[in-house]
Amino acid sequence: MKKAMTLFPLRAPWVPGAMESLGVLGLLLGLWWMATDSAWVSRAFVPSPEATWASLQRGLLSGDLAVQTLGTVRRMLVGWGLACLAGMGLGALIGSSATARAWLGTTLEFIRPLPASATLPLAISLFGLSDAMILSVVAFGAMWTVLLGTVHGLTTVNARLGEVAQALQIPRLHALWKIGLPNAVPDILSGVRLALTVSLIVTVVGEMAASQAGLGAALLQSARAFRASDLYAGIVLLGVIGFATNALIAAAERHLLRWQRR
Amino acid sequence: MGRSITRPMRPLAVPALLLACLEFWARTAGASSEAIAAPSAALRAFAQSLSDGSLLSTTAFTLLSAGLGLAIGSVAGILVGVTLGLSQRAARAGFVTIELLRPVPSVALIPLAMLVFGFGLQMETAVVAFATFWPMLVMTQAAVRQVHPRLLEVALVLEMAPVRRFTSIVLPAIVARLFVALRLGVAVALVVAVTVEISANPHGMGYAMSVAQQSLDPATMWAWLFWIAVVGFAVNELMSRLQGAVAFRMGETAR
Repeated sequence: MKKAMTLFPLRAPWVPGAMESLGVLGLLLGLWWMATDSAWVSRAFVPSPEATWASLQRGLLSGDLAVQTLGTVRRMLVGWGLACLAGMGLGALIGSSATARAWLGTTLEFIRPLPASATLPLAISLFGLSDAMILSVVAFGAMWTVLLGTVHGLTTVNARLGEVAQALQIPRLHALWKIGLPNAVPDILSGVRLALTVSLIVTVVGEMAASQAGLGAALLQSARAFRASDLYAGIVLLGVIGFATNALIAAAERHLLRWQRR
Repeated sequence: MGRSITRPMRPLAVPALLLACLEFWARTAGASSEAIAAPSAALRAFAQSLSDGSLLSTTAFTLLSAGLGLAIGSVAGILVGVTLGLSQRAARAGFVTIELLRPVPSVALIPLAMLVFGFGLQMETAVVAFATFWPMLVMTQAAVRQVHPRLLEVALVLEMAPVRRFTSIVLPAIVARLFVALRLGVAVALVVAVTVEISANPHGMGYAMSVAQQSLDPATMWAWLFWIAVVGFAVNELMSRLQGAVAFRMGETAR
C-alpha cells in the first residue's frame, strides 16, 4: 500500500491520457462488436471480433498462419538487408563523388518515382514465381530511402572538414569512413527505418503476385474464398508485424544515436 | 572547350549505353528472351498502344482512381489532423488507436477492398484513400502544432466560430505545409494505385503491364514499364513545382 502511494505521483501525469486513449480504443472495439452482433453490417465483409480472434488463434496454433507469418517476416528482413546494402553502396558512390553524381544522378532521379510494384512483372519474367523474385523487388523498392539518406548525409558534411581531410592528405576511402560516415549516420538510419516499412509493403505485394507461402498470398486466398474472419486475422497480423518492427527499429535508432543528444 | 560541350550530355551517357546494350543483346543472344526486349521493339509496342487509344484510357483509369482516392484520403486526413493538432485532449485520446492502425500496410487492405467492392474503380479508390489518409493526418497534425500560439489567441479574442477559426486562421497558416504533405500524398497515391492493379484489379496501367508479362510479350511489358516511370516522374515533378509555387506565394523561403 505504502509503495503504491509513493509510486502514484510519479505515474500520475501519464495515467489520464493513457486511460482516455485506451478508452477510445475500447469504445471502437465495442462499436465493432455491436455492429456485427446486431447485424448493421454484413458478416461477409465484417466478421465479429470474436470470430477474428478465433481465426487468429486457430491459424497460429494449427501452424498455417504461423508458417506464413514467418515466411513474410523472413522475406521482409532479407529484402530489407539487401536494400540497405545496395542503398548504402550506391549512396556512398554518389555522395562521395561529384563525377558519379554527374553521370548517374539523372538516371536515378528518373527511376526513383517508379512504383516498386511496377517492376514485379519484369522480375517475374526474369526470375519466375520464386523467392528470389520477391527479394529482388523488395530490395529495389526499399533501396531508395537508404540511398537518399546516404547521399544527403555525405553531401552535407561541413566544408571545413573536407578541407581538413585534404590538408592532411587523408586518402579518399579513409576520409569517407572517418569524416563522411559519422556525419551521415543519422540520415542513413532514418532511411533504413523507412526502408523497413517499404519492405513489408512490397513483400506482401510480391507474395500476392507469386503465391509464395506468406501472408500476402494467404490474404488473397481468404478474400477469394469469402473467409472474412481469416482475412481480418491476416490483416491484424500484418499490423502487428508493422507495429513491432517499427517500434524495434525506432528503439535501435535511439540507442545508436544516443551520442547525438549529449 | 571539348569538356564544355560534352558536359550537358553526361547524364544521358549511362542510359544511352544501357539502351544500346539491351538492343544489342535482344537482337543477338536474347532474341527469344521472355524478359528482355529490344528498346526499338518496345518503342514500336508503345506507339501501337498509343495509336489504338489503350494507352490513354488505361492511364486515365489509374490517374482517376489515384486522384479520387487521394482527394478522399486527404480531406479526411486534413480534418482529423486539424482536430488532433488543435486539441491536445483529442490527440491524447486518439493516440493508441492511431498508432495501432497506422502500421497496417495499405496493401493488406487490397483483398478486403476486393471482397467489399469487387473489382473496379471503387476498390482501388478505397485502398488509395486508406493509404494516403495516414501521411496526410500525421503531417497536418504536425503542421497545426507549429501554428504560432499568438494566432490562435487572436481567434479566441475575436470569438471566432470553429469553422471561421479554421478557414481564416489555421488554414492560411498551414497551407504551405499542406502542400508538402500533398506532394508526398500524390507519390503514395500513384504507387498504391499501380500496386492495386498489379496484384488484383483488372484495370489500369499495372494490369496492362501484368497482362503483357503473362502473354510473354516483353516488348509491350517494357513499353508499359517505361510509360509508368514517365507518368510517375511527370506527376512528381508537377507536384514539386506546385508545392514550390505555393510555398513562394505564402512567403516561405524557397527550399
